[in-house]
Amino acid sequence: MKSKRDPLSTFLLTVVHAAAAIAIFIVVAIVIYVVVNGVPNLSPELFSFTYNSDNQSMFPSLINTLLMVALALVMAGPIGILAAIFLVEYAASGSKLVRVIRLTTETLSGIPSIIFGLFGRICFVVVLGMGLSLISGACTVALMILPLVIRTTEEALISVPKSYREGSYGLGAGKLRTVFRIVLPSALPGIFAGVILAVGRIVGETAAIIYTAGSIAEIPSSIFDSTRTLAVHMYVLSNEGLYIDKTYATAFILLLLVLALNALSTFVAKKLTKGAGEK
Amino acid sequence: MNQGKEKLAKIIFLIAACTSVAAVIVICVFLFSEGLPAIAQIGVKDFLLGMTWRPGNNIFGIFPMIIGSLMVTATALVIGVPIGILCAVYLAFYCPKTIYTPVKAMTELMAGIPSVVYGFFGLVVMVPLIREHLGGQGYSVLAAGLLLGIMILPTIIGVSEAAMAAVPKKYAEGALALGATKERSLFFAALPAAKSGILAGVVLGIGRALGETMAVVMVAGNQPTIPDGLLDGVRTLTSNIILEMGYATDLHREALIATGVVLFIFILIINFVFSILKERGNHEK
Repeated sequence: MKSKRDPLSTFLLTVVHAAAAIAIFIVVAIVIYVVVNGVPNLSPELFSFTYNSDNQSMFPSLINTLLMVALALVMAGPIGILAAIFLVEYAASGSKLVRVIRLTTETLSGIPSIIFGLFGRICFVVVLGMGLSLISGACTVALMILPLVIRTTEEALISVPKSYREGSYGLGAGKLRTVFRIVLPSALPGIFAGVILAVGRIVGETAAIIYTAGSIAEIPSSIFDSTRTLAVHMYVLSNEGLYIDKTYATAFILLLLVLALNALSTFVAKKLTKGAGEK
Repeated sequence: MNQGKEKLAKIIFLIAACTSVAAVIVICVFLFSEGLPAIAQIGVKDFLLGMTWRPGNNIFGIFPMIIGSLMVTATALVIGVPIGILCAVYLAFYCPKTIYTPVKAMTELMAGIPSVVYGFFGLVVMVPLIREHLGGQGYSVLAAGLLLGIMILPTIIGVSEAAMAAVPKKYAEGALALGATKERSLFFAALPAAKSGILAGVVLGIGRALGETMAVVMVAGNQPTIPDGLLDGVRTLTSNIILEMGYATDLHREALIATGVVLFIFILIINFVFSILKERGNHEK
């Protein structure tokens, strides 16, 4: 072994492995810590339909999270996918417009969630008069996940082989038909994987939601009611500091949800690459 | 008729694509139109360089928060950058194929953990540890910096690993052929070729650290004064907003939005630097 003779090489080899070990240790430690402290604190009462001062049930927050996700996806999903179709299938790749769109999409993805929260607070809650509500929160997070949906859809569309499109044109189909009948179906798993990733982002989001959707821990009767998502619920519980066991349990459920979504996204994306290989 | 349909569809796609342009413009307009008048009213110098934040007395100086954000971010970089880059080296050059997928999945898992969960972990594990072993209240620059250092790892690892993987194999092979060890070949021949990409990862990490809110607010102590040391409590620009936005009115509310404007400008500069670095990285290939 040469590295034995060269102290610098030995040192570098050691630090590289040490760094990898530290990173893995940290992830494992956090996950194990949350699981070990969270699971014993789970109880049926935490999933009761109502939240009150005796029982800080997380169930309403869970339902609110689902509603928030659904509403945000209804807005960001179609817009993001259509935008990606334009960028990949229609736009001339070098054009100025495309460069501006790419630049702004990238800017949007770099904006911290607290800025989205501030913007949502000013624009949706106050100026548009939607108040602290499910819909204000959903509009805010929809903007936040838009770049993610656009980027992943773009990648999925690009990975569809050119021959598919040429085949379709050759058979006399128009561009629109080709896009919707040939390209989109082939890209569906990739798009789906991106959407799931976006769902994970929404589920874990706090800063953008707390001052746009508020923190009322009840199932809303309309989209103009204030709601509290699970991540906000966890922040509020942790801030109150009175129900540490329930906070642990909520942290566990939150982590479980987000990790399951991420795993599902990877799984679906893998399906895509496998499918492409077969064709 | 078919032509009309095609044209209409193209216009719809175009409009959808312009949403992100519109969003960035609208966000800028709303933030600046509410924030800038407040800065003017408080006075640029009093706002940016003012040492006191006392909303009750209408004194709004965010200098301690600017310094706080910078200190926390710097601490995060000291921890996150070396571990992140070395981890990327491991993934790109050392990791055996059999364990690559799980190791990579773990770094991605890190990116998926919600910031409240990180914050809570910091609150119940790191803060007490610091309080017992290093002194002080535990809520500190160090706690926030450590936590952010962990949180920016996946960003730095992801971007720099991609940059390293894009360096042609012949760089390291050439060095190996000249008799250098594997480590020397990688660190002195391959890595310099990926430096723009690695730097881009670090810059993106800075952006993440500056913009992170929930995790920081839970462990930083949030006193609006310039910390004397790493063990002192600190308030960042982001936590200033999240702490007080709920009940602020009038000039106080606008001053918080102006805090957001300052943060936003920092982030825009960082995004700009990032895209330049990324562009340069692409040209080097």
